[in-house]
Amino acid sequence: MLKDITLGQYFPGNSFVHRLDPRTKLIMLIVYIVALFTAASWLSYGLCLGFLVAVIAISTIPVKSILNGMKPLVFILVFTGVLNVFFTPGETELFSFLGLSVTVEGLSRAFFMMVRILMLVTSTFLLTYTTSPISLTDGLESLMNPLKVIHVPVHELSMMMCIALRFIPTLIEETDKIMSAQKARGADFESGNLLERVQALVPILVPLFISAFRRADELATAMECRCYQGGDGRTKMKLLRYKRGDYQAFGVGALLLIAVICLSVLGL
Amino acid sequence: MIKVDHLAYTYPGVDDTPGVAVFEDLSLTVEEGSFVAILGGNGCGKSTLAKHFNAILLPCGGMVWVCGMDTADEDKLIPIRRNVGMVFQNPDNQIVANVVEEDVAFGPENLGVASPAIRQRVDKALKQVGMYEYREHAPHLLSGGQKQRIAIAGIIAMEPKFIILDEPTAMLDPRGRREVMDTVSRLNREKGITVVLITHHMDEAAQCGRVVVLHKGKIAADGAPGEVFSQVELLHRIGLAAPETVELCYELNKLGFDLPLTALEPEECARLLYEKLK
Repeated sequence: MLKDITLGQYFPGNSFVHRLDPRTKLIMLIVYIVALFTAASWLSYGLCLGFLVAVIAISTIPVKSILNGMKPLVFILVFTGVLNVFFTPGETELFSFLGLSVTVEGLSRAFFMMVRILMLVTSTFLLTYTTSPISLTDGLESLMNPLKVIHVPVHELSMMMCIALRFIPTLIEETDKIMSAQKARGADFESGNLLERVQALVPILVPLFISAFRRADELATAMECRCYQGGDGRTKMKLLRYKRGDYQAFGVGALLLIAVICLSVLGL
Repeated sequence: MIKVDHLAYTYPGVDDTPGVAVFEDLSLTVEEGSFVAILGGNGCGKSTLAKHFNAILLPCGGMVWVCGMDTADEDKLIPIRRNVGMVFQNPDNQIVANVVEEDVAFGPENLGVASPAIRQRVDKALKQVGMYEYREHAPHLLSGGQKQRIAIAGIIAMEPKFIILDEPTAMLDPRGRREVMDTVSRLNREKGITVVLITHHMDEAAQCGRVVVLHKGKIAADGAPGEVFSQVELLHRIGLAAPETVELCYELNKLGFDLPLTALEPEECARLLYEKLK
């Protein structure tokens, strides 16, 4: 049951988007978010949407899995929509409802906000769907490298992320085992009120923590045996290198951003 | 070669409790190119000794020399560890990355090897342990024997002279054990890598060139497998058993047969019996 949990939800593939450098994808995500928040008209939103649809089409990610990922967001979407409908000041009142007036401005603003959130989330999904966790970590490390100047432990952070990702499946498997062992001795995790259920988790967490610490100790020794001495003087097998596709992607991203900015400056 | 010279070691006690003395005076030499098994029951100091070979533990008395380097010399730590690789019991707790080839690259990356050379070493190491086609897999989806072979590949990618294996097959099924043993003996035979195998499986020790039996921090027997395992009474006295073939001959001898205690392989044992009964 626990084994079904997937993290990061990477869809392996070999599309143009998959092959892009993880740094390119991270930067493009930031550019896209900036563009989204600058966009203020039908035309600019249309541009952003067109870009997103194009990326989805190129990435060959099934639309269904993106929609599935949206399910937990329905509440936030509805909430933002309702708030914006009722609390946007506007002149053209359509009708009033329980003393709150619904205006044209409110409706259009609510619509834009919801679309904005949807596009924002979809774009981040596209990043994690097309980039394996390890190359994402590599990309982050490489992008944050300049921060070393102000003593941010960039290498250590990415090493921690990498090890955490590595051990998630192992620890999930272990949790499964411990739960089965406790169930075999009569533990009950499924009935009772919330408090009782939380209490039932304690006998799982204690052995899990002890074992995690033991693993950490053994892993540290094994890493020392393999000459690990921190990030200094360390090389990488896979060097990140920008290729032609990355420059093309940057070009398209820059065009999108410039177009959106121009449109909002011109007030279109 | 690794030279252990009058080694003494005591695990430090917690608070006021006295420490546990493991070795008082242990001397041992491991020649380059050899395949040595270190055998012993629980708590005899096998793993403690292994940890002295690559300066994870430092002697309280005496010295440990690796290729002429003193393990107590801090400046020599990295050269010692790149020459003496170590594989542990639990394969899960020594794999660092979540892609097989990234994990094998971990050692050479730490040593600062140039990127193209790392690629070569990783491919070579994976081919040597027969895991090349799994290079892009996630380690947690592999079997125990496969994971242990990845761990071995991670060590040989550092191109060490020695590999110390601390009960590498203890958590594996018979098939995984065979995979690991085959890989290790092939590395010793074909690449000339010195292998020190710490184990409590008699049949594994019987495949080595030399067997050292440890008991309570002292060497109880040292020699070729045939030599060591024929001392059945000695092994029994310290709570070990000889390989099943030797045990069989030993029991038959008690019943009045007169069989030599040298058969380490079932075929050899069968041949001895056949000749006796003829």
